[in-house]
Amino acid sequence: MAFVVPKETYNGKVCEVEIGTGPRAVKIGGEAALPFLAFEGPVPNRPAIAYEIQDVPPDDWPQTLQDVYRDVSADPVKWAKYCQDELGAQMIALRLIGTHPDRQNRSAEDAAKTVKDVLAAIDAPLIILGSNNAEKDAQVLKSACDAASGRNCLIGKAQEANYKTVVASAMASGHKLIAMSDLDVNLAKQLNILITQMGFDKDKIVTDPMSSALGYGIEYTYSVMERIRSAALFQNDQTMSPPMVNDVGMYVWKVKETMAPEADQPSWGPVADRGIGWEATTATGFLMAGSDLLIMRHPKAVETVRKMIDELV
Amino acid sequence: MALSGVEIFKHLPKTNCKKCGHPTCLAFAMKLAAKQATLDACPDASEEAKAFLGAASEPPIKGITIGAGDKALKVGEETVLFRHEKKFVNPCGFALLIKDTDADVEAKAKAVADSEIERVGQRLRVELIAVENASGDAGKFADAVKKAVSAAPNAGVILKSSNKAALEAALPALSGRKPLIDGATADNADEMVALAKASGASLVVRALGLDALLALTEKITAGGFKDIVLDSGARKPKDMIEQYTQIRRASLKKGFKPLGFPIISFAVNSNPFVEQAQAAVAIAKYASIVVLSDISSWKTLGLIALRQNLYTDPQVPMQVSQNVYKVGDAKENAPLLVTTNFSLTYFIVLGEVENSKVPSWLAVMETEGLSVLTAWAAGKFTAAKIAQYIQESGVESKISHKELIIPGYVAVLSGALEDKLPGWKITVGPREANALPAFLKNKTAAA
Repeated sequence: MAFVVPKETYNGKVCEVEIGTGPRAVKIGGEAALPFLAFEGPVPNRPAIAYEIQDVPPDDWPQTLQDVYRDVSADPVKWAKYCQDELGAQMIALRLIGTHPDRQNRSAEDAAKTVKDVLAAIDAPLIILGSNNAEKDAQVLKSACDAASGRNCLIGKAQEANYKTVVASAMASGHKLIAMSDLDVNLAKQLNILITQMGFDKDKIVTDPMSSALGYGIEYTYSVMERIRSAALFQNDQTMSPPMVNDVGMYVWKVKETMAPEADQPSWGPVADRGIGWEATTATGFLMAGSDLLIMRHPKAVETVRKMIDELV
Repeated sequence: MALSGVEIFKHLPKTNCKKCGHPTCLAFAMKLAAKQATLDACPDASEEAKAFLGAASEPPIKGITIGAGDKALKVGEETVLFRHEKKFVNPCGFALLIKDTDADVEAKAKAVADSEIERVGQRLRVELIAVENASGDAGKFADAVKKAVSAAPNAGVILKSSNKAALEAALPALSGRKPLIDGATADNADEMVALAKASGASLVVRALGLDALLALTEKITAGGFKDIVLDSGARKPKDMIEQYTQIRRASLKKGFKPLGFPIISFAVNSNPFVEQAQAAVAIAKYASIVVLSDISSWKTLGLIALRQNLYTDPQVPMQVSQNVYKVGDAKENAPLLVTTNFSLTYFIVLGEVENSKVPSWLAVMETEGLSVLTAWAAGKFTAAKIAQYIQESGVESKISHKELIIPGYVAVLSGALEDKLPGWKITVGPREANALPAFLKNKTAAA
């Protein structure tokens, strides 16, 4: 008996979203099959990885991670160039964490200047992230969008509390948008509907299902992602068809497993390897659930996941 | 594949005799379909019906046990492709590959024996050792197996050899331990099946690609041997995810029997990070046994966490036990916070309190694993219940103050709590855990 390959019939497909301009622009999404099952549907683009950089020195990152960027992290422009030119970053994600009221409370104008300077120094596509303070992000992202006009950036994150201003800003200067909801399929759908009702094109949205670290709720993100992707592919639910992004680094590099020295946790092994492995394994988990874009921090974790993607497609 | 009540009904006597205790044959069929009754209850069931329903009630993916006693590992019997549909049933096993040419067989086996860690109240470990007959020598192989077993007496054993003499030399030491022999190919299937049968072992059946694999399993199962673990030869992640998905789908959605067995996956790579990531692919995408070349503790910690996470029941929130946890070097003047016992809530709050570097007491209250808002809405995190918990928790003997920090989302409870906890000051904390470091730092700076 020959094996009859059991293929799924997909009614929908994931939207394809292009980020950046010129020869280095990156397309994500576009697949009409579950993750890496190219035998049953087209998978035109591989998942992309963006290196995260910040507008202020990353004092709160674990030491093993801070050390990697020791020589460049005081200056976001240097940092961006290092990631692009030395580490071969496909994309850069600039997190304007210094604008958070509990951090340096940098102004929207300062943030805009950082965005301009970074964009002047790189030609890789740029993701611009706020500090995840919904109120402040509304102002900061507006200035950042203006400053990045014409560069087709990915702006984030629009959330229920601030989507109106963030969407308007992204729309006005022609950017793509990350829509993030709180780890729930229906909330993700609802936010996409609200955003498109404002006249924003659904083909310009990237969904952030809200990530979580390995060991700290990754299974929730994983299942929400599988359900979003199933809705897009099997039910052809247009409101669930944006590609998905996972903000991996910010969740991974604050859990105990990436921070605790071996002296405190002798049965866990060296913290340097543990942290890299934690980030790479978390990211690989998201790839299995349908991630199209990963925002990551450690070059060795990025290299591992890149190899994994090479071997998965 | 599960049968519907109507399909089962067709095979019943249709006499409505009520001897089974149900009013009609159809009602009985419905109970059978729901697995709330067994066919033994029907005294008039035909042999044909018994054979048909017996075959249909076999799990679509056979369960395989490796090892004996309470440390035995059972894999297989999976029922779904996506964990949101239903809980993944039997967590995959991890195996460390040891070659009989390795100088440190005992040390490696000991690493398996010592691999147990505790995570969220579960004791988790690397369950298996896979001893490979790399030397090609029967005596060396038997010797290595003996050494490995004595260093890791609780581990299940995979014998990696296709050499009959070597297996015959090694198997006596594993009597009663249900090893897994790896394995049978088209060239040696008869010999390997005979060995497995004689020793009570299960058998890896290996062929390149699914056509060849199913031809071989059909041949072997036709002879009555069914304790099979599959290896389709996939070693690249792309082939793993494609082939394992096809195997699982064929078994579950098409009721295809020849590939209805657990899968063994070899995530062996010279780069330890790539090996870990490849193992992550295998865990997520349907492998039941994942063989590793190295189990450095940093690596297994991550893989054990991933396996535990993906195999949790999506319908039942993970819980931590009710307790007042000491964070850092908390003394009697350290702040006291209360939250619920949903494991995610606990982890996130604990993580942020740790990040604040402010030693604190974290009172985690039993709310059936619900998060703060849900528990509040469900009436499990009310002023009366929090007050009762704080009074009974014994925390008053640990601290010298009477101030309780409650989650910002239940700020509404603060007045009622002050009434129920006379003499206490109730402070409303931030709504989101990520604001805790700033909150706690400000608080201690002000004090």
